[in-house]
Amino acid sequence: MSASDICFHCGESVLTGRRYLVTMDDAARPVCCPGCKAVAEFIRDSGLSDYYAFRTANALRPEQPEADTVRPEWRAFDRPAVLERLTSASGEGRREALLLVEGVRCAACSWLIERSLGQVPGVIEVQVNPATARARLVWDPATSPLSKLLDGLARLGYRPHPVQAGAQASMAQRERRQAMKRLAVAGLGMMQVLTYAVSLYAGAFQGMDPGIQAFLRLISLLVATPVVLYSGFPFFQGAWRDLRARKPGMDVPVALAIGGAYVASLINGFRGVGEVYFDSVTMFVFLLSLGRFAEMAARHRAGEMSDALARLAPATALRLNPASGEAENIGVSELTPGDRLLVRAGDPFPADGALDSTSALVDESMLTGESRPVRRFADEPVIGGSLNVGDPVEMRVERIGADTVLSHVARLLQRAQAARPGLARSADLVARWFVVGVLIIAGGVAVSWSLLDPARAFEITLSVLVVTCPCALSLATPTALTAATTRLARTGLLVTRPDALEKFARADHVMFDKTGTLTRGRVSVTGVDMLGDLDHQRCLSIAAALERRSEHPIARAFADVPAAPAADPQVVPGFGVEGSVDGQRYRIGRPDFASGLVASANGSIIEITDGDVALGDRSGLIARFRLSDPLREGSRDAVARLTFLGMDAEIVSGDEAGTVAEAATATGINAFRYRQTPEDKLGRIRELQQQGHQVVAVGDGVNDAPVLAGADVSVAMSSGAPLAQTSADMMLMGESLIPLADGLQLSRQTLTVIRQNLAWALFYNLVALPLAAAGWVAPWMAAIGMSASSVLVILNSTRLARAKTPSPATTTPAGTGVHDLPAGEATR
Amino acid sequence: MNIIFVLIPLGLVLLAFAIWAFFWAVGNGQFDDLDTPAWRILLDDDRRPPPQGNDSGPGEERKPDER
Repeated sequence: MSASDICFHCGESVLTGRRYLVTMDDAARPVCCPGCKAVAEFIRDSGLSDYYAFRTANALRPEQPEADTVRPEWRAFDRPAVLERLTSASGEGRREALLLVEGVRCAACSWLIERSLGQVPGVIEVQVNPATARARLVWDPATSPLSKLLDGLARLGYRPHPVQAGAQASMAQRERRQAMKRLAVAGLGMMQVLTYAVSLYAGAFQGMDPGIQAFLRLISLLVATPVVLYSGFPFFQGAWRDLRARKPGMDVPVALAIGGAYVASLINGFRGVGEVYFDSVTMFVFLLSLGRFAEMAARHRAGEMSDALARLAPATALRLNPASGEAENIGVSELTPGDRLLVRAGDPFPADGALDSTSALVDESMLTGESRPVRRFADEPVIGGSLNVGDPVEMRVERIGADTVLSHVARLLQRAQAARPGLARSADLVARWFVVGVLIIAGGVAVSWSLLDPARAFEITLSVLVVTCPCALSLATPTALTAATTRLARTGLLVTRPDALEKFARADHVMFDKTGTLTRGRVSVTGVDMLGDLDHQRCLSIAAALERRSEHPIARAFADVPAAPAADPQVVPGFGVEGSVDGQRYRIGRPDFASGLVASANGSIIEITDGDVALGDRSGLIARFRLSDPLREGSRDAVARLTFLGMDAEIVSGDEAGTVAEAATATGINAFRYRQTPEDKLGRIRELQQQGHQVVAVGDGVNDAPVLAGADVSVAMSSGAPLAQTSADMMLMGESLIPLADGLQLSRQTLTVIRQNLAWALFYNLVALPLAAAGWVAPWMAAIGMSASSVLVILNSTRLARAKTPSPATTTPAGTGVHDLPAGEATR
Repeated sequence: MNIIFVLIPLGLVLLAFAIWAFFWAVGNGQFDDLDTPAWRILLDDDRRPPPQGNDSGPGEERKPDER
């Protein structure tokens, strides 16, 4: 497959031939669908085509293009009550909004959004952070309504979701800024104090004017004071909290050491005799703050995952006016229990409530994991956030806001993510006992030295406290995990559960779903066989016209084909669609169904394999469409590398034998099972687990959520349903499976690094403690020793972030050429 | 050597200024996104959008701007 068959905008294969072209930089570029075409043209016409030159990731495939009008549901964001709730005033009649923007994948995206929205009149400020996929907007609602700005984002191919400003995000930002300030004060202060300390040490050997010595000590005190009181404040706070909870953590000896050394230096500084330890104190504070900063950054990254839930909850609703019965667009925050709502086909239910219409088909897979849509009847409950996949229905609202099921799930998720991974927990537990031990030993050392040599007792106790600080022990796991997850996120594998890396490293069996995982999950027409008189273009447009009506996955294969106008198409579940085009009756679907329009069924029956559909009229079958689901690029290489790393690969699919075997051959997997229900798949996982295997399940996350939940490690494709993703342990962000193989390699390295770190930290503390207790370590040496051991741990962990990217030589697209449209059929 | 009684306090004043400047920058969000600005310099600001009417609809014949 040549490069020109890759969509210029979204990077997916172009299966519609050269039907859609965009002129960019004087060359015609093929795009895959009208949506991509509209977005690419909009970007070009806004003068922003540089985006394509500098982006480092392909764009999200946009939804079908909208008409030139603003989407009606966004109008709800212009209502004053909604604006008041979702955005905050920013002075001079301006307002500030925070948007979560789906599809922001690289820095070029943020440039594109900032440029494009910046051109809209009334927009004062746009800031997009690609790391968090958040946009901050300051604009004048009187000049440009919010709906217009949201529409602008949608035209660029992104999906905006307004989130309530001021909540979690700004808390994380405040914490980060505060930590940075503390770190800066500690760092600059430490550097100053160290230069004075060097002079003082040199002076001690070579002789120094007592006046200058006293002056330097005073200045050191002056600089060290803000470092201890401002930068060291969190440690005192933490120690106080630990003591009140009677659970001594690492903060207790740290605070004791910092506070003790500072107070002793203060007294000695004013007396003018005895040692001062300002250098040790500032160094200690700075290095500890650095470790805390790294840990905080990792925590914030994990918190961003729960934002995915915010996208599920719809922000607008169609309320039926009780008087006129007309539907009006309002914000979900304006709903009150008792309101009656209209929910259109394909829309999510805006709130929890009961059904008013006689029946509805509801997809609750994102909440319950149940893959098939369930039917709900009048007065039965519907859950906000679930999808209405049937006809438009009416409902009445019963619970809103924090009372809804979705809010509960979100809170559960947040709690799960707040938990520390098992590895870090056990390290914390060890550290806690260690702290108690250190405190007892330090007490013993203080008592025995004050009997032996009271002059040195304080200094030696200080050294013991500093040198045995279990920082390295506490840093060993989180730093390694942070480095690894950051690195993986860069390569396109997002780790959403802290335990996942550890389990992934130990896994020895990988189970793939076929559709949507090894394959793209999007059925396309790969060939048309003419059986009647009509030309194939005509057949395609008739088929498209009928399939427009259907919700069946096969119907999506025809979504990009221009449709002829069809009259009264009707879905016959399990068989196909029947309808009229230009006065002629047609049927599309299973061959026996499609040929059913013939009065006497004596037409030749043709052999049709799984997944093909036939089109028939009154004269018999007129066309056969070959459909298939193309393999993902690099699936074969990914499987090969996983096998090389010692994993057993297996396909477990709900599809028919033929297609599964074909996919197995194409990807090089020997073991496969077909026609498996979710229960079968789950049973297979249990069976493997009982044999002592650790199973990784890879699925699209839509219809195999329960299967994924049963595996030791679950991996979902990011193109699946949003909530299924958050229930998976890891998410593959791109279209390729290659990052999975990279991830396995790196997770194993991570486990090795963690073991090294823990071994080193324990060894250091066990050696340093007796030396310090014997009085052979001065406090400044203790501070350096403690820091050096922590720095060593941090450096060892950062090796993971810099680990060599596995060679890109293995990333040739595999198996894609098979699915090219035969020549002559691809073009009109 | 008495000069150090002037130079060291002077250093402290500079230090205080540096910390103040850093606090100001942090408060202004200068450190919130460390990735995008590095890219921004590569992206061209000079390309003017083509003159367009109210309708920004697709124009197959429209030539892209010259660099």
